Amino acid sequence: MTETALKRTILYDEHAALGAKLVPFAGYEMPVQYPAGILTEHNWTRSSAGLFDVSHMGQAFLVGPDHASTAAAMEKLVPADIASLKPHQIRYSQFLNPEGGILDDLMVTRSAYAGYEGWLYLVCNAARKDDDFAHIEKNLPANVKLQRGADMALVALQGPKAEAALAKLAPAVRDTPFMHYAAVSIDGIQAHVSRSGYTGEDGFEISISDKDAVRLWQLLLANPDVKSVGLGARDSLRLEAGLCLYGHDIDETTSPVEADLLWSIQKRRRTEGGFIGAARVQKEIASGAKRKRVGIKPEGRAPAREGTVVTDTAGRQIGVITSGGFGPTANCPVAMGYVETSFAKPGTAIQLIIRDKPMPAQIITLPFVPHNYER
Amino acid sequence: MSVKFSKDHEWVSLAGDIATIGITNHAQEQLGDVVFVELPAVGKKVAKGGDAAVVESVKAASEVYAPVTGEVVEVNKELEADPALVNRGAEGDGWFMKVKISNPAEFSELMDKAAYDKFVASL
Repeated sequence: MTETALKRTILYDEHAALGAKLVPFAGYEMPVQYPAGILTEHNWTRSSAGLFDVSHMGQAFLVGPDHASTAAAMEKLVPADIASLKPHQIRYSQFLNPEGGILDDLMVTRSAYAGYEGWLYLVCNAARKDDDFAHIEKNLPANVKLQRGADMALVALQGPKAEAALAKLAPAVRDTPFMHYAAVSIDGIQAHVSRSGYTGEDGFEISISDKDAVRLWQLLLANPDVKSVGLGARDSLRLEAGLCLYGHDIDETTSPVEADLLWSIQKRRRTEGGFIGAARVQKEIASGAKRKRVGIKPEGRAPAREGTVVTDTAGRQIGVITSGGFGPTANCPVAMGYVETSFAKPGTAIQLIIRDKPMPAQIITLPFVPHNYER
Repeated sequence: MSVKFSKDHEWVSLAGDIATIGITNHAQEQLGDVVFVELPAVGKKVAKGGDAAVVESVKAASEVYAPVTGEVVEVNKELEADPALVNRGAEGDGWFMKVKISNPAEFSELMDKAAYDKFVASL
């Protein structure tokens, strides 16, 4: 393997100054935790407001002459209904390969900015962004172009006190519904504020120019209700919320139906198809998928990590854990993984092979911790 | 009674032929918040360098190796209900197990406090 220099986000010096433990993640040197530690940072996000640097993620724009044209181009790439997106609205979707496997998952926003009516704003995973962008460009019609975000930062403010903290600086965010954005000025900083996140809590993802990122970061942290939270807690928060992590819970072999993401494919798209990978998705909608992503709760206290074999009560392998650890809010081990569809019903007793020993576990309904979104 | 340390970041306190074993403060700092400890059964024979216990933090699972050979005579049951005790008192109340040692020479070969501190500083 060749060694490539790790990239840094514009907030790197802030993390270092806060005493963060920095680790390689998706080609970036990122804060996995601050001195408070993962457990404390997790609990702080659930009870107050956590501030995350997610500037490593891919931000880009799909640019066409009008919404109908751009949406039509996007609908070839993703199974979500993009045409019916209202200005300001956000939808979660996936890029699929021709076999219906997931290339990446992403957020799609319809612009309402004056003069940018034919624009969609995309946010995808850091580790996948270069491949995503190449995939998009390969599949666009002549009148729609991809524009990669340049010098853009992204921070997430998540937790029950996120709204109050951000509204102090930009009161308009109080009126921004879940999965919608607001364009606001925060102490003179132009900010694109999406009411969305990856923790199961209410909160915002704030896109700003690199040049404003440090000032915004410091402004938010000046509020005693806001503390910096690293990628370690981001992982335990999203796992408790039952949200997929690309490369673990979803990948090029898993389809959106297997991954239990059918909710993100609106009715018109299910019947009409017309997106890359539609054949498998429509077939699985009609006749079912062989396996399904499910929540799994070990009955003991031992966490079941990624790769743990799942068996039926007789010991036959029926699946595998794709994400697993300890849920600080659930106060028990939490996991998700894939099992044969006949075992996917909540309440089904299964076994996990942990250190060569079968441990009892149960299929549960996700999430482990109820979502606290502002509807 | 003297305390010695292994390169795998375990401490061993020897009283007669009974060795009390735990993980070092440095080890708990590296692990972060401990959420689960799996201890061996009393009566289990452990060999120097072999698997003896498992400690899991929010982040990952780590093996705890036996720093000396012998038979487990007692385990710290408190860790099952309160694994965070490892973080609060790694080199005290957060001990893992007591082992009746079969080869005292293995204990002498371990590092003393000064040597261990030097070893940690070199990492």
